[in-house]
Amino acid sequence: MSKSDVSVEHPVEVQGLTRRFGKTVALDNVDLVVPRGLVFGLVGENGAGKTTLIKHLLGLFKAETGRVRVFGLDPIEKPEEVLGRIGYLSENRDLPNWMRVRELMMYTQAFYPKWDETYAEDLRKTFDLDPSARISNLSRGQRAQAGLLIALAHRPELLLLDEPSSGLDPVVRRDILTAIIRTVAEEGRTVLFSSHLLDEVERVADYVAMIHKGKMALAAPIDEIKERHWRVTLRFATTRTAPPELPGALWWDGRGNEWSAVCDGRLDALKQAAREIDAQVVEEGAPSLEEVFVARVKAGQAEPREI
Amino acid sequence: MRLHISLDDGVPIYLQIVNQIKYLLASGRLGQGDELPPIRVLAEQLLINPNTVARAYRELETAGILTKRRGAGTYVSDKGSPLARGERARIVEGRIDALLVEAQQLDFDLDELTQLIKKRAKLFTREDRKR
Repeated sequence: MSKSDVSVEHPVEVQGLTRRFGKTVALDNVDLVVPRGLVFGLVGENGAGKTTLIKHLLGLFKAETGRVRVFGLDPIEKPEEVLGRIGYLSENRDLPNWMRVRELMMYTQAFYPKWDETYAEDLRKTFDLDPSARISNLSRGQRAQAGLLIALAHRPELLLLDEPSSGLDPVVRRDILTAIIRTVAEEGRTVLFSSHLLDEVERVADYVAMIHKGKMALAAPIDEIKERHWRVTLRFATTRTAPPELPGALWWDGRGNEWSAVCDGRLDALKQAAREIDAQVVEEGAPSLEEVFVARVKAGQAEPREI
Repeated sequence: MRLHISLDDGVPIYLQIVNQIKYLLASGRLGQGDELPPIRVLAEQLLINPNTVARAYRELETAGILTKRRGAGTYVSDKGSPLARGERARIVEGRIDALLVEAQQLDFDLDELTQLIKKRAKLFTREDRKR
């Protein structure tokens, strides 16, 4: 396979990426492969390293250790070739405040040979943005829409959205999700977006990567994550002050004689083990993505707590 | 065609679409030869990944319920409607299973449950007559 074929298959490839800020390890040996034509959701708490990872893809940070490739290219060495094919919406929506909407569109167009004027104008109308409005006077939602417009109008091969929905009302959030859906529905385009809104990720993502304290805690197709994890509630004959040790249980929650676990692995094995310690399974089902995430995060932390 | 996606009950989204389309067929709200919305349109309406809609449509095609006409969209196939009695029974069975589990947890035995069902059914027919 030639180099360009590889880039087509996986628009983003990150291997062993580590990044420190002073004594803080922001990214710790992170691997990430984003397949083409899919929506990839990056989830994690604030400060987990999501933005730092995205900034490496844009060539805003240089890899200290490890390797970053976007379309098979190093974004530090070939910034123009890489950035020309990416649409990016930053977390802070840093736009030039002194410009008017019309000027922002013309200014951005100059950077992208593939800018689609008709599409840009369609988006402006859909978002109901006044061309003569000054960026500094836009509302929070309008600012996000303006940022989204300039990220989309050159029909990028890779759309990178950093916390696109944070702090937005439902109407603008819908615009953002629709943009993600349209981008991927157009053959071959890829979306990578970070979010702490797990229900949103569950709706639109094909793949999910969970970053926790700079480490990649889990990266898999969302269907696989849902099929692999279970939520099981056990009832014990007597009260317990601590949950039992059972195979596959990531995290326990409960008190008295009823405890719930989020588990990873085979349900049969867990139920068998539960029977052996005289526990009755009173409820079982699939956890939400949010529950899996919380369980993963807590599993990496302190001892289970009694509530 | 109005579908509803819930993220709370743990059922994968593609399966929710499959089940709801089957339900619409069984209840006659969707019939033989009806056209389904294009993948992208349904994805935008439900705010879900288009690949998920595509997967649901694929499953229904494999089951013979939907057919793709070349370049002209997806339709309910000739044998797709009305749903076989077996399929309709399966939908009701799912509800019965859930009811049985709940009744067991609330300490009702089968006889008591059957009596309750009959009692409720009578109430239903009486209300129907009023209308």
